[in-house]
Amino acid sequence: MTAALTSGGAMRTVEPSHHLSDDMLLDYAAGSLDEATSLIVATHLTYCPSCRKRAAELDALGGTLLRDVAPVSLSKGSLESVLARLDQPAEPAPVHAALPANDNPLVPAVLRRYLGGDLDAVTWKNLGMGVQTSEIAMNVEGKRAFLLRVPAGKAVPHHTHDGNEFVLILRGAYNDEIGRFARGDLAISDGSIKHKPVAEPGEDCICLVVVDAPIRLTGPIGAILNLFVKV
Amino acid sequence: MTQTANPDAQSLAEWMRRLAEDQDRDAFAALFEYFAPRIKAYMMRSGSDDVSAEEFAQEAMLMVWRRAASFDPAQASVATWVFTIARNKRIDAFRRNNRPELDPDDPLLLPAAEPMQDDKLEEDQTADAIRTAMADLPAEQVRMLKMAFYEDKAHSEIAEETGLPLGTVKSRLRLAMGKLRTILGETEL
Ligand SMILES: [Zn+2]
Repeated sequence: MTAALTSGGAMRTVEPSHHLSDDMLLDYAAGSLDEATSLIVATHLTYCPSCRKRAAELDALGGTLLRDVAPVSLSKGSLESVLARLDQPAEPAPVHAALPANDNPLVPAVLRRYLGGDLDAVTWKNLGMGVQTSEIAMNVEGKRAFLLRVPAGKAVPHHTHDGNEFVLILRGAYNDEIGRFARGDLAISDGSIKHKPVAEPGEDCICLVVVDAPIRLTGPIGAILNLFVKV
Repeated sequence: MTQTANPDAQSLAEWMRRLAEDQDRDAFAALFEYFAPRIKAYMMRSGSDDVSAEEFAQEAMLMVWRRAASFDPAQASVATWVFTIARNKRIDAFRRNNRPELDPDDPLLLPAAEPMQDDKLEEDQTADAIRTAMADLPAEQVRMLKMAFYEDKAHSEIAEETGLPLGTVKSRLRLAMGKLRTILGETEL
């Protein structure tokens, strides 16, 4: 049985220690980062003032480049046609399902929009050994986003990656060969890393994961789990 | 050659204030004359043809009109704010997906340890600092930054076009960003 989620301690008071990469920030600022990885970025930014500052600097770079670009002439009457449209009703606001009021949420609002609610409403699928996942529906080619829940004190099976893997910690913490990862921390791994994260005792470790290729689990348990984690 | 005069940041901020507070159409027209041809250029560099680029620029400027009240001069300069609107328009138009963004009212938003400085750089100073930093960068790095920002190019496409290995593109972009950060950090953005 996995432990019940409590909202206590959801507020993070210390900045994360594992941050967004320059690559991610640049592509996010430029608007060329895919939606799944952008969700990781926006969730980390909620927890991380330092990366917000870096993101703001890159937006300012975008603003400066916009000022300095060689303008392209508009067609005749362009301004007039826009002026004539100013009083038309605005197009419907983006289809954000209204989030239920929540003063003490478990995860950032940007993620709750994708989950359709808070973490305690998520439907989990058992992978065995107490490990659970929940897919996040998103139409992004070549990427897959899901929540991963590892029971307190338990290990995630050995696995290697064919591609990049982004793991953002939402609840609890884990340790692996690289270090300790707690709420808001981002772990980035590529194909060269074979790692074995172990959740800390006390609280289940829940992460937002984005992968760009199927994960290959190694070892006998991995062979079974592989059946469940196909893209 | 630019055909539009280049207004200083103060004029942009003043137009924006009149737009936000009074829905001033003259102020909007002034902002339009300045930004719309630049947004059009930005859209064309990302691969739009002339006609759609102009449409996107018009729609982006309509967004500027409608969202003027949400512009916060303490958060970003006018040009930066307009850039983010144009960028989101481009994502909308080209990628047909969403750009997840943090919710500024999120109770989980961790505030910065030190309060934001009140004596923020004026827009012109920020832009100057960025231009100074860019002027110091090797031309190749500037070109890569522009390709990433303006031409909607993935790092792999930049590698292809420059004929450099992907790893080199990534490390040079990182170098360029590090340099920008150092200069902006020194001037306390
Ligand atoms: Zn960070």
